[in-house]
Amino acid sequence: MRNSIISVIAYILLAPIAGGLLEGIDRKISARMQRRVGPPLLQPFYDVAKLFKKQVISVTNAQTFLLLSYLVFMVLTGSMFFAGSDILLCMFVLSTAAMFLYFASTVTSSPYSTIGASRELIQMIAYEPAVLMACVGFYLVDGSFEIHEIASSPVSSIFNLPGVFAAFVFIITIKMRKSPFDISTSHHAHQEIVKGITSEMGARNLALFTVTEWYENVFLMGVIGLFVVNKNPYSYISALFVVVIVYFLEILIDNTSARMKQREMLKLSWAVTLVLAGSNIWILMLIK
Amino acid sequence: MFEIKRSPWVLHYDGSSCNGCDIEVLACLTPVYDAERFGIINTGDPMQADILLITGGINSQNAPVVKQLYDQMPRPKVVCAVGVCACTGGIFKDCYNILGGADTVIPVDIYVPGCAARPQAIIDGIVKAVDLFEKRLEEHKQWVAEHENREKTDKSAAAKQPQKAQQPAGETAKAQSQNSAQRRSKNAKGRKTAKRRKK
Repeated sequence: MRNSIISVIAYILLAPIAGGLLEGIDRKISARMQRRVGPPLLQPFYDVAKLFKKQVISVTNAQTFLLLSYLVFMVLTGSMFFAGSDILLCMFVLSTAAMFLYFASTVTSSPYSTIGASRELIQMIAYEPAVLMACVGFYLVDGSFEIHEIASSPVSSIFNLPGVFAAFVFIITIKMRKSPFDISTSHHAHQEIVKGITSEMGARNLALFTVTEWYENVFLMGVIGLFVVNKNPYSYISALFVVVIVYFLEILIDNTSARMKQREMLKLSWAVTLVLAGSNIWILMLIK
Repeated sequence: MFEIKRSPWVLHYDGSSCNGCDIEVLACLTPVYDAERFGIINTGDPMQADILLITGGINSQNAPVVKQLYDQMPRPKVVCAVGVCACTGGIFKDCYNILGGADTVIPVDIYVPGCAARPQAIIDGIVKAVDLFEKRLEEHKQWVAEHENREKTDKSAAAKQPQKAQQPAGETAKAQSQNSAQRRSKNAKGRKTAKRRKK
């Protein structure tokens, strides 16, 4: 109990720092891949600090409230995850958080952010099956949905769930809105729907969105780590190693691929989920 | 350490230019010049932008667009006119549809001359704009303080309304009546627009 409280507090305090640093490393490595010098490592923190100092212009006050709900539900998701509670419940709360983001961008009734929001829904449809498959896979392998029991299993789950792991890494690209799937919003200018889902977010509201993204990224990397950890404490080091590799892979994919059409994204992600995760779970069910 | 000048986000708007300056603005972001090392990001969204880069002259069609983009940008903000057309109208100055440089519709802070402006000159202009951006923050803070004070005095004046009869009619009372008159007219406007929307 005490351990879980400590890890929840550590998550709430350290996740924004870790998430911001991850984004800083991301931008630095991306710049180096393009043979540029790139921004300083702490650039994301400078950006957020600036956004909090700017004048707040928003179409409705409801947007701030909805974005705060998005932040709170995202923190709740991560807290439940690092407290070792039910993974299925975690994923449901994560979907709730994403719904608040959808409302935060449709409430402004701007055409750009509305299109961005509808694309965000399609992205949710694309990644949700693989997320549920991962939960089912954990249950089949470790006999429980409880995260603390999954983390203290005798063997790392990844050995029984390689297909599910691959599918999860694939859909994490959609969840992080990285390049082939940056359909609802893009990190780069000059796209057809301005900034998509974040078009109508400026100043403080955009800062809230960014910080929530940091919480989300740390949570997602935690799920990646959960595939690796077992009851041996040294497994946490290998989990960290796997997380670093996966994050690097995401940056590489981001920098080497062009954007996809949403229908192709849906087809591809469902095909990958069905073939990799589905066959993995089918074989597991036959064996057990 | 967390100064706002470390993260200037740029909004680039092309007026009626020949595209020469626009190519040079984009060249600033390429590996050769790499403006991102100063934290500069080219956003497409006025609500997230700090510096407005305008290239090309202003004509009667894009004047309201430029004005609206400027109004949509949250304070503190800086405007930088890139290229001689954005500064004065340039080679198009005598055309029947050209109003002149960007300063015919919005206040311009930095002028970057050149035809086309070289990337070095553009980055120099942005760096100058960034210094100004830091100064603008102070002005913005003052504005916020004044705004809040005004709201507070409004509220306290409203709370003291029953005692108003005993007090001599001073400036506060005048200001208050003016404010309430303004508010009334605003409300009336709001109602009108609401009606229009219903229609």
